[in-house]
Amino acid sequence: MTLSVAVKHRFAGFVLDAAFEAPAGVTALFGRSGSGKTTLINAVAGLLVPDHARIVLDGDVLVDTGARRSLPVHRRRLGYVFQDARLFPHLTVRQNLLFGRWFAPPGDAVPLDRVVELLGIGPLLARRPGTLSGGERSRVAIGRALLSKPRLLLMDEPLAALDEARKAEILPYLERLRDQTEVPILYVSHAVAEVARLATTLVVLEAGRVVQAGPAAALLADLGTAPALGLREAGALMDARVAGQEPDGLTRLDTSAGALLLPRIDAPLGTALRIRIHAQDVMLSRDRPQGLSALNILPATVTDLRLGDGPGALVQLRAGDDLLIARITRRSAQVLALAPGVTVFAILKSVAVARDDIGAGTGRQPAP
Amino acid sequence: MPIIAADWLTPDEWRAVALSLQVSFWATLLSLPLGIAVAYVLARHDFWGKQALNGLVHLPLILPPVVTGYLLLLTFGRRGAVGQVLEQWFGLVLAFRWTGAALAAAVMAFPLMVRAIRLAVEAVDPRLEQAARTLGASRGWVFATVTLPLILPGIVAGSILAFAKAMGEFGATITFVSNIPGETQTLPSAIYAVLQVPGGDGRAARLVLIAVAIAMAALVLSEWVGRAVARRIAGT
Repeated sequence: MTLSVAVKHRFAGFVLDAAFEAPAGVTALFGRSGSGKTTLINAVAGLLVPDHARIVLDGDVLVDTGARRSLPVHRRRLGYVFQDARLFPHLTVRQNLLFGRWFAPPGDAVPLDRVVELLGIGPLLARRPGTLSGGERSRVAIGRALLSKPRLLLMDEPLAALDEARKAEILPYLERLRDQTEVPILYVSHAVAEVARLATTLVVLEAGRVVQAGPAAALLADLGTAPALGLREAGALMDARVAGQEPDGLTRLDTSAGALLLPRIDAPLGTALRIRIHAQDVMLSRDRPQGLSALNILPATVTDLRLGDGPGALVQLRAGDDLLIARITRRSAQVLALAPGVTVFAILKSVAVARDDIGAGTGRQPAP
Repeated sequence: MPIIAADWLTPDEWRAVALSLQVSFWATLLSLPLGIAVAYVLARHDFWGKQALNGLVHLPLILPPVVTGYLLLLTFGRRGAVGQVLEQWFGLVLAFRWTGAALAAAVMAFPLMVRAIRLAVEAVDPRLEQAARTLGASRGWVFATVTLPLILPGIVAGSILAFAKAMGEFGATITFVSNIPGETQTLPSAIYAVLQVPGGDGRAARLVLIAVAIAMAALVLSEWVGRAVARRIAGT
């Protein structure tokens, strides 16, 4: 699956001029509000025909303004999950879920049971949208889009209207969607945490232009990308595997850089995880520290260093096969004489990693 | 008609009541598809001449009914432009027939029907229709499966309003199709006719009672149906 997008569109006082490729997996369109993300996703869906656009999905031209071609919305077969769910109020949850099936091409239908199980919406089937909570509505909207047998799922900030608890409720379902279905996803978001949890490919937009695009893990560890994501939110991803549960309530994880101890994670041994480590939670030391309360000390090598305009500096480190970022002061960088190639120890407090930053690993798991 | 009340009204008066119901029923039913189409177009589309269409629809509300009736006579009379075509091609005569009464009632009730349905269309969130499009529904299917069910309360309200208006239509009807007992004499024309005869007050009062009863029944029915439909589509 490849989605190739090139769009130019002029609004009053704003020009969108963006091009990117989305391979299989979850491609996140990241940017602040007004950066043009929703315009791009609407152009893909066909809800908006831009001034100039060429959008091709697996060789099938969705729109090509040069050739005056634009496939009508209902023939594009893209599932769209809107931020505000948009369930049909006059239909039950079951009827909402099956709405797209009436119009899907004949052939293997996506089994209702499997989608219902995947999203945990079995008890809701006979209810009406008006009686559902925000989180339930989101899950039904995702199921409805999936059951229309889409070639691609479009998600426009599906979690933005939800509170933190509801977000935490939905994120695992989105991870299962990514890992257990074959449908690629184009995911619009302005929340770094969501992108870090879900994305396999990342496209960063700023003022209508693509400033960075590439594999999510590499971009999140890239010092040039960090300012676009926001320095407070900067952080790299580590792949980890559950290696054991300690009697004192900690969970031991194996990473390519060594063992990591984190507050208890309820997952069976061997579970693949993807952990975001915030740059500002990483300390650096030239020598292996002694008598320190922090439990996680990983040997690492400096691979990149970027001094900020202010007092801050960003350091990229290689720890095993993973990349980390540390946000320190320029003064510390000078005192430690940090430069590419220097070996250091990266120190991470166990309690610094929030539950939200631990997601399912992207290693594809067999479908149930 | 009930036997016990047979002498309560004269046969012509009973026929006027039945004819009014018949005329109103057909006037409402046949104008409904056009009413929905016009309401939808006015609510959702901007086009050249929209104000003209809007004005045309509302004209019968503002014009003296006699003028509307006269214009109908000019257009749909046996020598009118449309009337001649209808008679030659379809053998359909409207002037001085109950079908003409139905046309007059439909034209007079049309603005009320369109207004009610237009409000309902405007209340439908277009984003729901967009969602249906992304799920693979063509515009026609979106209308049938999303828009139409959601505007049903408006359609019910508009139809009952139109029916009530048709029941009471007098000026355009009497101008266009006259006041022929058994053919074009509706309830209001019958009341008018008895009032022209000295000592007809008693008979007029009985007809008025029937008119009031039918109007009340229509209101109660509309309230009841409207609530049932609204409950169904409120999504709770």
